[in-house]
Amino acid sequence: MIVDVRPAGTSALLVTFGTLADVVAFHGGLTRAALPGVTEVVSGARTLLVRFDPARTDARSLRGRLDDVVPVAAGDRADDDPVVVPVTYDGEDLDAVAATTGMTTDELVAWHTGQVWTSAFCGFAPGFSYLTGTAPSLDLARRDTSRTAVPSGSVALAGEFSAVYPRTSPGGWQLIGRTSVPMWALDRDPPALAPAGTRLRFVAADRA
Amino acid sequence: MSTLTVLRVGPGTSTQDTGRPGFSDTGLGTAGPADRGSAALANRMVGNRPDAAVLEALLGSVTLRTDAHVVAATTGAPCPVEVASADGRVRGAAAYEVLHLAPGDVLRLGVPTSGLRAYLAVRGGLAVEPVLGSRSWDSLARLGPAPLRVGDVLPIGDAADAWPNVDAVAPPVSGVAVLDVVAGPRDDWFLPSWRGLLTGQEHRVTQDSDRVGVRTTAARPLVRAVTRELPSEGVETGSLQVPPDGHPVLFLADHPVTGGYPVVAVLTPASVDRAAQLRPGDAFRFRLVG
Repeated sequence: MIVDVRPAGTSALLVTFGTLADVVAFHGGLTRAALPGVTEVVSGARTLLVRFDPARTDARSLRGRLDDVVPVAAGDRADDDPVVVPVTYDGEDLDAVAATTGMTTDELVAWHTGQVWTSAFCGFAPGFSYLTGTAPSLDLARRDTSRTAVPSGSVALAGEFSAVYPRTSPGGWQLIGRTSVPMWALDRDPPALAPAGTRLRFVAADRA
Repeated sequence: MSTLTVLRVGPGTSTQDTGRPGFSDTGLGTAGPADRGSAALANRMVGNRPDAAVLEALLGSVTLRTDAHVVAATTGAPCPVEVASADGRVRGAAAYEVLHLAPGDVLRLGVPTSGLRAYLAVRGGLAVEPVLGSRSWDSLARLGPAPLRVGDVLPIGDAADAWPNVDAVAPPVSGVAVLDVVAGPRDDWFLPSWRGLLTGQEHRVTQDSDRVGVRTTAARPLVRAVTRELPSEGVETGSLQVPPDGHPVLFLADHPVTGGYPVVAVLTPASVDRAAQLRPGDAFRFRLVG
């Protein structure tokens, strides 16, 4: 499952995997294993950055312990119901995305709502979760030109991912809809709606 | 409660404590002082706990008035220090010296002679309202206590510990900085010439540097061996992330949690602190240590 392990400075290892599913499964196993000295794990699309406290462990012994981690498949962690996110599917790129993928807009909405999404990792902005689905990916290109201000709550697609913009920000993803569910709220614990590992389901707002 | 009132302040001055670790999986970084060593030293000089919040002042340039007896110290970029009493007397002081302020005293930090960021600790720490458990401003996430503005009143807290046995320490020696780096994790994404290009020429800091990263330029850029897109991956503070122009960006405290350009090498923690003190236009060199 592990493709390779490389040092990232003096207190982290970058572990590369073949697939995003492997990343999510290994992250689950790593959390369960609670290896001594590990302080934080940062998920990526094909990697986990494992930070450690050099006073408590070292790169070599940590590297050895990684081989003993038992991955936890996403299906085995389905103890909670997915978070439900109602979406109004009226995004500016909805028609163009449907045309590109050879679907009607109804079929595109059915594809987006008809699968369970898992937050693979977060980045770009606090609460911006890169969501990966269970259905075959559309592998959409980003827009040729980036928008200077994508409104907060925009539901978007790019590459193998779907996402919801937690705040108004520049962005090049294809916009298919919008939601009023905040992805980031400081008065919530945790403030992110979908930290890495969280499962989500989108529903069309008028049918919710 | 004792307070400091901000009378004058330049842009980019904020409170920083040890930061906000543990939120990476929500897309939020750690923040904290750009030069952690200097911030920790300032806290030690006034006998604070390590987690006390200090001021990080870009190019010094901050004037504060106290309403109580306050013990303070400045570290980092060595800047001229002056204390004006309520009766009009002005006394000289120095960076890297423990200062005893009386009610009504005005403390002025001038522009440093070298370096970029000065740190001011007061005994007890700055007790501004924390956000998600930290008093660090994160300029990328735009989260935490906001950068200082004239008129702000900063409460002084109770993060004091035992007194240390020093009243001054030696300021750092300046000169052409040498930054130590450990190779990887993505050094194999570059032509093998990267080692020579990194260590064999002088690099310079460019204008668009901030708490997110130190942008650099050099005569000859690094060249990619692998040209496909890198799937986004977690990055460390101190990472030398190489954008398409081939000139590394040195990630500081407010760096993004994940990045999509390969990281050729990572600075050691002490070199992150040194990098945080480089000014636009400063020349520096890299040295490979692993």
